[in-house]
Amino acid sequence: MRHSQPLKDPNREKRIYAFRTVIALLVVAIMLAALIVRMYDLQVENHEHFQTLSDKNRMQLRSVSPTRGLIYDRNGVLLADNQPIFSLVVVPEQVESLEQMYLQVAAIVSLSADEITSFKRRLKRSRRPYQSVVLKSNLDETEIARVEVRRHELEGVEVQAELARYYPLAEATSHSLGYVGRINEKELKSLDVKNYSATRYVGKLGVEKFYESELHGTVGFQTVEANASNRVLRVLESVAPEPGKNLYLHLDARLQLRIMDMLKGKRAAVVAIEPSSGGVLALVSTPSYDPNLFVTGIDHASYSALRDSLDIPLFNRALRGQYPPGSTIKPIVGLGGLDVGATTKEYSIMDYGRYQLKNDKRIYRDWKRQGHGRMDLFGAIEESCDVYFYELAFNMGVDEMSRYLGFFGFGSNQSLDISEARSGILPDRDWKRAIRGLPWFPGDSLNMGIGQGFMLSTPLQLATATAVLANRGKWVAPRLLRETGDGSIVLSQRPDTGSDVELNKPENWEYIVDTMEAVMHSKKGTARGSGRKAAYRIAGKTGTAQVVGIAQGEKYDAEALAERHRDHALYIGFAPADDPKIAVAVIVENGGGGSSTAAPIGRAVFDEWLVNLPLEEGGVLDES
Amino acid sequence: MSRDFQRHMPGMERHLGRRASIFYRLHLDPVMLGLLIILCFVGLFILYSASGQSWEHVEKQAIRFALAFTVMFVFAQFDPVFFKRWSPFLFVMGVAALAGVMFFGTGAKGAQRWLQIPGLPRFQPSEFMKLVVPMMVAWYLSKRYLPPSLKSVAGALVLIMIPVFMIVKQPDLGTSILIAAAGLFVLLFAGISWKIVGAFVATLAAFAPIMWTFVMRDYQKQRVLTFLDPESDPLGSGWNIIQSKTAIGSGGWWGKGWLEGTQSQLNFLPESHTDFIIAVCAEEFGFVGVLGLLFLYLLIVLRGLHIAVKAQDSYSRLLAGSLILTFFVYVFVNIGMVSGLLPVVGVPLPLVSYGGTSVVTLMSAFGVMMSIHTHRTMISR
Repeated sequence: MRHSQPLKDPNREKRIYAFRTVIALLVVAIMLAALIVRMYDLQVENHEHFQTLSDKNRMQLRSVSPTRGLIYDRNGVLLADNQPIFSLVVVPEQVESLEQMYLQVAAIVSLSADEITSFKRRLKRSRRPYQSVVLKSNLDETEIARVEVRRHELEGVEVQAELARYYPLAEATSHSLGYVGRINEKELKSLDVKNYSATRYVGKLGVEKFYESELHGTVGFQTVEANASNRVLRVLESVAPEPGKNLYLHLDARLQLRIMDMLKGKRAAVVAIEPSSGGVLALVSTPSYDPNLFVTGIDHASYSALRDSLDIPLFNRALRGQYPPGSTIKPIVGLGGLDVGATTKEYSIMDYGRYQLKNDKRIYRDWKRQGHGRMDLFGAIEESCDVYFYELAFNMGVDEMSRYLGFFGFGSNQSLDISEARSGILPDRDWKRAIRGLPWFPGDSLNMGIGQGFMLSTPLQLATATAVLANRGKWVAPRLLRETGDGSIVLSQRPDTGSDVELNKPENWEYIVDTMEAVMHSKKGTARGSGRKAAYRIAGKTGTAQVVGIAQGEKYDAEALAERHRDHALYIGFAPADDPKIAVAVIVENGGGGSSTAAPIGRAVFDEWLVNLPLEEGGVLDES
Repeated sequence: MSRDFQRHMPGMERHLGRRASIFYRLHLDPVMLGLLIILCFVGLFILYSASGQSWEHVEKQAIRFALAFTVMFVFAQFDPVFFKRWSPFLFVMGVAALAGVMFFGTGAKGAQRWLQIPGLPRFQPSEFMKLVVPMMVAWYLSKRYLPPSLKSVAGALVLIMIPVFMIVKQPDLGTSILIAAAGLFVLLFAGISWKIVGAFVATLAAFAPIMWTFVMRDYQKQRVLTFLDPESDPLGSGWNIIQSKTAIGSGGWWGKGWLEGTQSQLNFLPESHTDFIIAVCAEEFGFVGVLGLLFLYLLIVLRGLHIAVKAQDSYSRLLAGSLILTFFVYVFVNIGMVSGLLPVVGVPLPLVSYGGTSVVTLMSAFGVMMSIHTHRTMISR
């Protein structure tokens, strides 16, 4: 201690210390007060604000997807089921490096570049934090096991089960039921955001699309308590989803499958309708495709193969194929001709195989080169005489022909619940002026009289017209849905705008049906081969349509060229003729003659429906 | 020899005999000991909830408490004179260790705080300095005339700033603040002139921008910015403070109940069992629970100040006062930062936050205080 420093004074030190301690106590008190005021402010003054924030943190309103309604055929056979599928999903927030994760996953299960690309696309869509994104759908059992074993290595990756559509009959129902698929960006905008908040699939085509609102059901909600990593800990409150309605169709799965067999290897379509109800019993278009491929998303290679196939399996010939109806419309033209007085039952012509209009050098030929000889209307339908119908068409004129064909549903989509169906073309003067910019020539009428020229119709339209013929004019619109699961006939069907065909001379109905029976059962009938030894009477009409080149014409390759220039074979018919249970339209593309290719298929359909299936039902009953 | 004689004078034994003589012989202060034990149990109780009902955490922490109480007991057996005599040596050792950290230190997240000397367990010299810096300053000032002259103040400041700057460089803002506070409190208790205090505060304010530009690291700046506006980055650096305020505020008057705090139990609150544990307490026990805990801390501070005032020599007085105020700074900085009153600096809530280092440091400080309180002589030194 240097002498310059004053001596220490313990008492002074103590006094100072005591004073400083008081100051320190004061400061401590002030600081404590600051903390208390702060806490009071947070916990008491602003309690409600923070309570809300805290609740918002932990409570989430989650939507629960309703179970999609099932689809059954008329006998309760399941056509569209919901089955659990297992997907590999990723919670991006829990994955450190996505690139690393792809490698890790690819080492365990196959992961294509396609799947990674669509995963990245899905990743970009808006979603709530910690919501999982599908990386790979449809894991099989081995893959699930392999993932589960390596789970600890795969942070943020898990196997998730969900219900997805499954179509047990696969190819056999794709063109009638359509299919569901994952909701895409465009659909997202048009769907009810709230009701679809938990839904991953939506009907893309067919029944699945038309009855989407019935099948979907109503979304349910859960208020859940979730932790910071979005894991649900408990359900606080819930409103159960209302499952979609089950649909029972008019379709008969057995008939559908048998027709599929009959058409194997052909580009063809068959539509069968129950005349009393308009219910579609079978709706087949071949070749077909497996709709199950589309449910969770079809891979690029499979899709290209389907899209680029020359046989265009994706094309629904039964609903969207527009063909010249050929001679199959002759009974209707004949009926109309009688009704307006353009011809009579007694009137006959001499057919030398050719027909010519006055002041026109063009020769209109009969399909039978030498002609049919003397022909009245009965013979003209029975033998499908073209010359008779050239003259009838000329006498009748386009206006009346168009009017009568319109009564039977041609030229518009008259179906109640088949929105993809095309309307075909029912030409008239206005149509030709509007589309071709030309007036209607008499020659156009001649072509139309035998179902050629401008007129186009779909197999569905032909079957509908046949059903109306079978009903002797009573209008029935084609429909797929029979009833919904709760027994109510569905409400959302379009209003049935068609009306019964009222003839001036109703006695002609039976006359025309007789001519069609003759087609099947008389010695000269064009389809007599197909009517032979039937246990019931069939009324039918064959048709052969020249290929003008429909939409897919450009895709012909050299080898297939000749085959694809052959005529389309058509057939319409119903049976039993006096108590019709089924009306059928058949078209076989490039099938050649209607009587040789299409009529036998029609007969086979009748046999199945009227003989074989009822017999089997009896048999089943006996066994049980 | 003479000191021993003084200490064991029979009269003094009788004089103090009324108060728990067994504690006195063990050199323990029963009041302080009782308060600390209560605080530790409260801490374990909150920790069980804050750690997501983990017995493992509670057991580990209980073992640390046991170890820390042992350290306290050992420290309490030494005479304050012993601490005083060794203060300069310990200080030099500590600075050397800090220098060692600068060159050979290990650590995580870009901060070097640990020193690994072969044959010894890994330790944090900065923790050691929390005790040694106030010892050194108290030693330095107790040898000088008090209230301290400007020269003495300057000397003391140098002693404080050497380790503080070394720790800021690690970087460890929380610890350097606590150490600086501990050193400055000694000066304050020594009777430093208010003019110097004023001038010092003014200088500090002037140097703040320089600190910002040259001394502070980016993450430290980020903390300050986040403190000023937590909503600017609600999912990033603002997340902690928003969630802790939400936890505290949603507790209300009475809280949500033990183990019922949704913010902490559902992991919305980060660091819930370490630095942010007061938010768990506030959420589950409400404003009333926070008041209770603060009252307990206040009692400890009051008892500490009592010990300091009763201390018999200036070294002991200065040291005890500084240690107990530093303890309170822990509480203030921690609760202040969790409630959004102060920027986030890594300061644990004493004896409640999970973690071993601070518990041992704190309890050894209480050991020193008990030594001061129980090694009394008849004649004031």
